[in-house]
Amino acid sequence: MNETNSLIQIKGLRDGLLVSLSDAPWDEQLSALLSRVDAQPSFFQGARLALDVASQVLKVDDLVALRDHLSERGIFLWAVISESPTTQQTAQLLGLATRISKPRPEETRQFAVEDLGEETALFLDRTLRSGMRIEFPGHVVILGDVNPGAEIVAEGNVIVWGRLRGMVHAGAKGNRQAVVCALEFSPMQLRIADEASAAMSPQTQSKPQIARINQFGNLQAENWSPA
Amino acid sequence: MTAQVITVTSGKGGVGKTTAVANLAVALASNGSRVVCIDGDIGLRNLDVILGLENRIVYDIVDVIEGRCRLKQAMIKDKRLPNLHLIPAAQTRDKNAVSASDMTRLTKDLRAECDFILIDSPAGIERGFKNAIAPADRVLVVTNPEVSAVRDADRVIGILEAEDKGPGALIINRLNPSLVRRQEMLSADDVLDLLAIELIGIVPEDEGVLIGSNRGAPVALDPKSKAGEAFRNIARRLKGEEVPFLDLESGSSLWERIQKLAGRR
Repeated sequence: MNETNSLIQIKGLRDGLLVSLSDAPWDEQLSALLSRVDAQPSFFQGARLALDVASQVLKVDDLVALRDHLSERGIFLWAVISESPTTQQTAQLLGLATRISKPRPEETRQFAVEDLGEETALFLDRTLRSGMRIEFPGHVVILGDVNPGAEIVAEGNVIVWGRLRGMVHAGAKGNRQAVVCALEFSPMQLRIADEASAAMSPQTQSKPQIARINQFGNLQAENWSPA
Repeated sequence: MTAQVITVTSGKGGVGKTTAVANLAVALASNGSRVVCIDGDIGLRNLDVILGLENRIVYDIVDVIEGRCRLKQAMIKDKRLPNLHLIPAAQTRDKNAVSASDMTRLTKDLRAECDFILIDSPAGIERGFKNAIAPADRVLVVTNPEVSAVRDADRVIGILEAEDKGPGALIINRLNPSLVRRQEMLSADDVLDLLAIELIGIVPEDEGVLIGSNRGAPVALDPKSKAGEAFRNIARRLKGEEVPFLDLESGSSLWERIQKLAGRR
């Protein structure tokens, strides 16, 4: 029992419990967590739980099984925090949060994000397919397409080096200077700060375009040309 | 020699997964491969009907998993092709009767006995789908040239990528060349453009497919059917042959074909 306890750490957060796991094999971690929960059912009953899985690579099945195990015990899993992009993506697929309001205490990279604010960018070298949602507190750069049904919510700018056909919200915290650009610009829906517009000017010829809020306060997309 | 496990899935229902499995199974089997189909749509079984084997079912996949019969007892031999077998789904149970590890174990036992194991996935992206893709070496994604079906296929491909099952290969089913020509249907190029995965076959719309399904005689058995030929070609591609794609434009005017050849369409 002592040995299993050393695998997991539990902390109280403003919005629930944060459980931190180590890098031990996932099966061991899982059974350690569940036996910990079963040892103190009344403490965990009804809890909102965020799980920090460090660098564990988890597949959809793993997280689904975990969520089922927890919900059988009256625990709501709402976030999975991980250093592994695969795990983050898995969590996003399942609609779980991948960030919590407090930064990971031991993660200097997270402090850097706080310090730099909007000047940080997330670079993704892949196509976003239907059902994927990216949320980021800075700029987002996609090298690939953004397909219909995919969503990007960024506090800064969004640049798509590919075809933009999904939903994009730039300047999500109210930055009206934010821009969205794409090589082929036909978003299903475009939002900048609190302005929204449905499918703008469907593109037949694919020219790079850039969208911003113009001087009249309206969303406008125009062909990109070198300044 | 160990079998290849191929799961056929789509996200959206009604696009022709089960029809594709039945036709690929008979096409592979009539080409000499040993084929076992598994109906993964537990609670809503259809594959037996399309293969015309419904009246021979004694045991089903849940009976095997729960140990009420041996694997061999649940394998129904096809009446036309002796090297084609079906493991039917249970009609009176639901998806929770089977787990992903059950599927993996089942296919492991079968791998030594055949060349291809085809799994028919249920629609959706829930448990039944997860069970069906768990043992897959290769996944075929079926879609129709229809916006909603393509959207669902895109979602499924995203999940396959996240599960390390590769992006899969695409079958575009029920393409109607004359509607495409009038620009009233997405073309194969439009679909591929969005999904950006390997194309393994385009099956034209053909009423023979429906008639064959109702009679329990998949259209791939009919040497004259164009859709049947498309399925036979996919089967050959699964075996690693290079097969050129069918010319579905044969109904179009000479002028349109010349324009297309000149790349000016």
